[in-house]
Amino acid sequence: MNVIENNETGKALLQQVKRYNRWLLAGSMLTTLGVWEALVRLGKLPAFILPPPGLVVIRFWQVVWDGSLLRHLSITLLEVLLGLLCGSLLATVLGYLLAKSRLLERLLSPYLVASQAVPVVAIAPLLIIWFGSGIFSKVLICILIVFFPILVNTVVGLRAVPENLRDLMRSMRAGRWQMLRFLEIPAALPVFLGGLRVGATLSVIGAVVGEFVGADRGLGFLVNVGRGQYDTALVFVAIFTLVVLALILYGLVVLLERRYLLWMRN
Amino acid sequence: MMMASVKPVLEVRELAVTFPNGNGGLQAIENISFSVAPKEFLCVLGPSGCGKSTLLRVLAGLVPPTEGQVIFAPQRGSASLPRVGLVFQQANLMPWRTVLANITLPLELENADPLEARRRAEALIDLVGLQGFENSWPRDLSGGMAQRVALARALIQEPDLLLLDEPFGSLDALTREQMGAELLRIWQARCNTVIMVTHSIAEALLLSDRVLVFTPRPARVCLDLRVDLPRPRHEDMRYTPRFGELARCLRQAIG
Ligand SMILES: Nc1ncnc2c1ncn2[C@@H]1O[C@H](COP(=O)(O)OP(=O)(O)OP(=O)(O)O)[C@@H](O)[C@H]1O
Ligand SMILES: [Mg+2]
Repeated sequence: MNVIENNETGKALLQQVKRYNRWLLAGSMLTTLGVWEALVRLGKLPAFILPPPGLVVIRFWQVVWDGSLLRHLSITLLEVLLGLLCGSLLATVLGYLLAKSRLLERLLSPYLVASQAVPVVAIAPLLIIWFGSGIFSKVLICILIVFFPILVNTVVGLRAVPENLRDLMRSMRAGRWQMLRFLEIPAALPVFLGGLRVGATLSVIGAVVGEFVGADRGLGFLVNVGRGQYDTALVFVAIFTLVVLALILYGLVVLLERRYLLWMRN
Repeated sequence: MMMASVKPVLEVRELAVTFPNGNGGLQAIENISFSVAPKEFLCVLGPSGCGKSTLLRVLAGLVPPTEGQVIFAPQRGSASLPRVGLVFQQANLMPWRTVLANITLPLELENADPLEARRRAEALIDLVGLQGFENSWPRDLSGGMAQRVALARALIQEPDLLLLDEPFGSLDALTREQMGAELLRIWQARCNTVIMVTHSIAEALLLSDRVLVFTPRPARVCLDLRVDLPRPRHEDMRYTPRFGELARCLRQAIG
């Protein structure tokens, strides 16, 4: 096949592929819904095992109307965003220091690696015991879960700054801040944003884990409520909302990448 | 021309550079002494791997001398170190900056007025023949184009000392001649001192006031040749007897 991208026919072709993809996506979603509906009907499954799609939609509108979905969503969103923000700030600062100082790296890296061997799910109950079942403990869990991938990517990104560009900056007598602003940040940005992308989805997981263990608000709490009342449709609603939340966060980072990494080949 | 009374802008005294390696270190430069007069155009010739790039890196302050010293004359203003424009052997462009932004980088580091920086960069883009590529990414440039961007970047802050490491290495012969002529023009107009590493005897003779020839590693100066061809120089001088004599001299020294 002959792929031409830089002229009008090429562009038209690309558009066509994109449109085709959109149809494909719509088609596969409809198929999934169809199979789901068929499964419920043919298997004669009760709604508390697998609610039909229609029931989930109705339940969705109910929790939207009475405002409870928005209330739980905003709590979870707050936890996720605060955790992501604080976690990535901490990880970036520590990552910079680690990348700069071999000594610090040697001192801290055993602890950092060991901390990764402790599953967050396992220490979540501890954090709830210590810090209560409010927002704070959930934000802490998000920070813990987000911290490591962003730290690693910051260190890797900074270490990979080409030495010859450092020489260039030195030959122009650049100071430490100029080195950071003009060289290190832009050079490490692709790898850093890769870490942020992973961190964004992990942060959602962190918040839900925290809410499972002990909370009276949030989408994770909503899942628990639905389970307790055999209201499986509500569980579905909460899960879908979480998926959409994670996808939106992920998409935001991808947008950042599009905006700031124009120079990279895609 | 260097006169006996003129104070050198730059003096290299018994410079030696040894890189640390497993067994006792790798000596790149053994013992080099020379001085450069203001506004002098100096070329450095020598076999590959002899330490020419290392010398330029020492002069740019990137590699500390193991022994000996490099002394710069006090500069205009209060700066004790000259502004150095360095063109590396590889273009070393920042891939996340467009051609224009790469060229303005030195001025941005000095917090210069962005409009003025842009104006000067555009003038330099014309000079090095890259019109229409202002907003291209470095990945879309050929090797020779990237080198010309690097040259423009080194020129933008009107350096006191211009250090060029085979700046025309990946240009074709014709562009090379044109760029050489442009370089001469810039040098005459802006009155800076130039030290240029090259592999081409003809290029050295057509451009410089003086040629240093280095021995194979570890580098020593084995010939310090004054090029007394009249200025302005032009390509046809290749065929003059004096040019031939000087070229033979250099070829013999390189061995
Ligand atoms: N940072 C370094 N660490 C260790 N050895 C080095 C370093 N830089 C250069 N060398 C060594 O010093 C010697 C001189 O290198 P240099 O780059 O100065 O050669 P050159 O004359 O510029 O060669 P060419 O003409 O091929 O560019 C080489 O043997 C090289 O391996
Ligand atoms: Mg070299």
